[in-house]
Amino acid sequence: MLDKPTIKTLEKVVVRFSGDSGDGMQLAGNIFTNVSAALGNQVSTFPDYPAEIRAPQGSLSGVSGFQVSVGTGVHTPGDSCDVLVAMNPAALKQNIKFLKPGGVIIVDIDSFKEADLRKALFTTDNAFKELGITAQVLEVPVTSMTKAALADSGLDNKSILKCRNIFALGLVCWLFDRPLETALHHLKNKFARKPAIFEANAKVLDAGFNYGHNIHATVSTYRIESPDPRPGVYTDINGNTATAWGLIMASEKCGRPLFLGSYPITPATDILHELAKRKDLGVKACQMEDEIAGVCSAIGASYAGNLAVTSTSGPGLALKSEGIGLAVIAELPLVVIDVQRGGPSTGLPTKTEQTDLMQALYGRNGESPVAVVAPASPTDCFTMAFEACRIAVEHMTPVILLSDAFIGNGSSAWRIPEADEFPQIKTPDVPEELRVPGAWRPYMRDPETLVRYWAVPGTENLAHRLGGLEKDFNTGAISTDPANHARMVETRRNKIARIATDIPGQEVLGNPEADTLLVGWGGTYGHLHTAADELNAQGTPVALAHFRYINPLPENTGEIFSRYKNIIVAELNTGMFADYLQARFPQHFFRRINKIEGQPFMVSEVIKGVKDILQQMQK
Amino acid sequence: METNTNSFQASDYKSDQPVRWCPGCGDHAILNTLHKAMAELGIPPHKTAVISGIGCSSRLPYYMNTYGFHTIHGRAAAIATGFKVANPEMTVWQISGDGDGLAIGGNHFIHAVRRNVNINMLLFNNKIYGLTKGQYSPTSERGFVSKSSPYGTTEDPFIPAELVFGARGNFFARSIDVELKISQEVLAAAARHEGASVVEILQNCVIFNNGIHNPITDREVRADRTIHLVHGQKMLFGKDMNHGLVQDGFLLKAVELGKDGYTIDDVLVHDAHTKSNFLHQQLAMMDGKELPLAIGVIRDVNSLTYDSEVTEQVRAVKAKKGFDSLRQMILAGDTWTVE
Repeated sequence: MLDKPTIKTLEKVVVRFSGDSGDGMQLAGNIFTNVSAALGNQVSTFPDYPAEIRAPQGSLSGVSGFQVSVGTGVHTPGDSCDVLVAMNPAALKQNIKFLKPGGVIIVDIDSFKEADLRKALFTTDNAFKELGITAQVLEVPVTSMTKAALADSGLDNKSILKCRNIFALGLVCWLFDRPLETALHHLKNKFARKPAIFEANAKVLDAGFNYGHNIHATVSTYRIESPDPRPGVYTDINGNTATAWGLIMASEKCGRPLFLGSYPITPATDILHELAKRKDLGVKACQMEDEIAGVCSAIGASYAGNLAVTSTSGPGLALKSEGIGLAVIAELPLVVIDVQRGGPSTGLPTKTEQTDLMQALYGRNGESPVAVVAPASPTDCFTMAFEACRIAVEHMTPVILLSDAFIGNGSSAWRIPEADEFPQIKTPDVPEELRVPGAWRPYMRDPETLVRYWAVPGTENLAHRLGGLEKDFNTGAISTDPANHARMVETRRNKIARIATDIPGQEVLGNPEADTLLVGWGGTYGHLHTAADELNAQGTPVALAHFRYINPLPENTGEIFSRYKNIIVAELNTGMFADYLQARFPQHFFRRINKIEGQPFMVSEVIKGVKDILQQMQK
Repeated sequence: METNTNSFQASDYKSDQPVRWCPGCGDHAILNTLHKAMAELGIPPHKTAVISGIGCSSRLPYYMNTYGFHTIHGRAAAIATGFKVANPEMTVWQISGDGDGLAIGGNHFIHAVRRNVNINMLLFNNKIYGLTKGQYSPTSERGFVSKSSPYGTTEDPFIPAELVFGARGNFFARSIDVELKISQEVLAAAARHEGASVVEILQNCVIFNNGIHNPITDREVRADRTIHLVHGQKMLFGKDMNHGLVQDGFLLKAVELGKDGYTIDDVLVHDAHTKSNFLHQQLAMMDGKELPLAIGVIRDVNSLTYDSEVTEQVRAVKAKKGFDSLRQMILAGDTWTVE
């Protein structure tokens, strides 16, 4: 059962620039405000100057701040900020109280040396630890990067250091997709009489923007809030961490150690980071030499008896295709996590899309069916990562989990599940009576589920050979027999199809009595749910079916579709899920709302899309 | 590694599947010596896994009565790495040919060696693609004529040993398919070595590259063109064992005892365990022309292995943090309670 979240801060973000009064925070903040206003955003600002005019450099009393809220529905500069820029330790100390839970801190790590910490009255050498900061911190070498950018400028050191604020501005412009033209225009006016200084600032602005680009810096500007939370203990979690934790929960529930084979790729790398930390829970997370080695080491670990996972994004999934096919024919459990980003090719590494659906379903050679599931929200990443593992193990198959950059980086309050809230995962062990010499063959199956048994290497009497060549249905030996191949293809297909009996039925939300059904899948849930609620409130009745189990579909899917006159599929691609459904349910006509901008839906876009379609149909 | 020489026969490692390599293929001999080496080691078949890629040699797991996995082209080293890390109790053998291991799988090959994963990597080198019927491989000599190089190749080959040393390998041995005793000796040594052990076996493809190793392996010339290196023994070779290797400046020289004033005292003693790989590289690069091709264990140096270091780090971090469960780990972080 999904929570019913609403997306609260979707179209609004609060940034607070802070630094020494000589650091030019007001200028950086003002330019960011103007740039946002030029884009059509509403803005509201709050300059927070120090009381003292000439406080000592680097001291607590010399901190200057500038807070700005930009977006739509902006009425105030905001009580607290999503992003805090702190140019020195004093600024961090004074402003940390303004950061929202789940917010992000950007610091100039070059100015966190011992002398700087002392000026801000820190007593240890780690400002972050001393302040008890758990938020994400982007440690950026602002000073050294600024100096490097201006090494050939001919400016003196003091003038160079005065450009640090503009480096920070460039980085923030990257994070929030602000084009630099307006900023340059403002800098030009500001330094109209000092062309050398303008040139220097222009260069540094560019350097800051490029730095964000080069390190694939991202911050989530979205927060999904659940009203009326259930009693319990809560923590703040983003989708990628939730995914990592869901895998660990599955490992605990199936009694098999967790193995991750992975390769860094935006926006999935945080899953590797989190699982690398979780050696404290026994996780073996291996950073391999490439994406292929990531999936292959996981396949090796799966054959060896571990709960094995590989994590990636779209380009990496492409490289893993052949490996996934091996896991299909060897019938080994394998969880493949794809945190989708904009494509094709390198595409838009930090932006969100749902364009890997067809790749997940069909992107392999041969008849190669796998299970596909998709989490609906940051916290649902935990549940669906667990589900992916459960299906993989209990049905001996690869499962692809289609997360995306939006929910992977997005965060939300999450109720920590009680110990017994998730079920035990039953490993398909070889039955006792087959554990005698010569009795067992590796492709023997449970006749109901068609699942083959999982023998752990090291066990006596169960030594067996698997491989990528087609195998005989009965003996497990290599077979090129035509009828046998047809039978094995059919068996593998039916094995995946029968998973439908082992997953929850599809829920319908919104107004189930409506004529119109809005359909979505995966990470767009928050937007579609909010849009459906608003449409119903505005007198346009709609129901919502939001899918998390993609292949196989829940058993009641066809029955749900048959209840509605109009079906509209909204997704962040050119209509992949709609095509998939259209092929399966040709008796219905699936209308479409699509967006491929690397950005999530806006609720208003979905509302307008539904209304436009309904209006056209009336004509 | 514990060994028990009495418990198992070579036949205990043999599966009931018919062996389908061509008659006269060098793989038959290697398979038999592998069975014998495993019996010598005495590790039970169910504690042994054989993992291969694609190619003629990679069919080998089907002929083993052990755990086995015939995987996809080039990836055996990566799959074996994951397998060994996940189940370190198993003894893992990786079987690849020169195409599988050094062309499509070159990246995984060097990284498995660099990481020093405790697996035994057998490289069957026949300098040809046999399964696809006769294309040149990354170990084919420049100018080699094949179906995909009808006018001769225009590229230099890899020398597998050189690649192993470039990847900072700690074990390298070489044998020839027809040298049954030496093959068994180096296979057992590879298994006893803790870390990535690379064994290059010069193997004859009777159909597509018959006789490629003959200039070295022919009975008439083999004694003069190869040298069997054994740790702690003089580097002697030749039919009458009256030739030896001596140091000549920074390089090696082959001399005849009693000629030019050379005596047995001038001949080098093989030290496979010395950490420096300088001499090991020179020995491994000898090609059977001016200097004899080295067979036997050329380098065998102990170092930290990847799989045991991962296991140890997990144990140490777990002990330090002391969490029983995921829930306990999360509750130790930043949380709040809703009543």
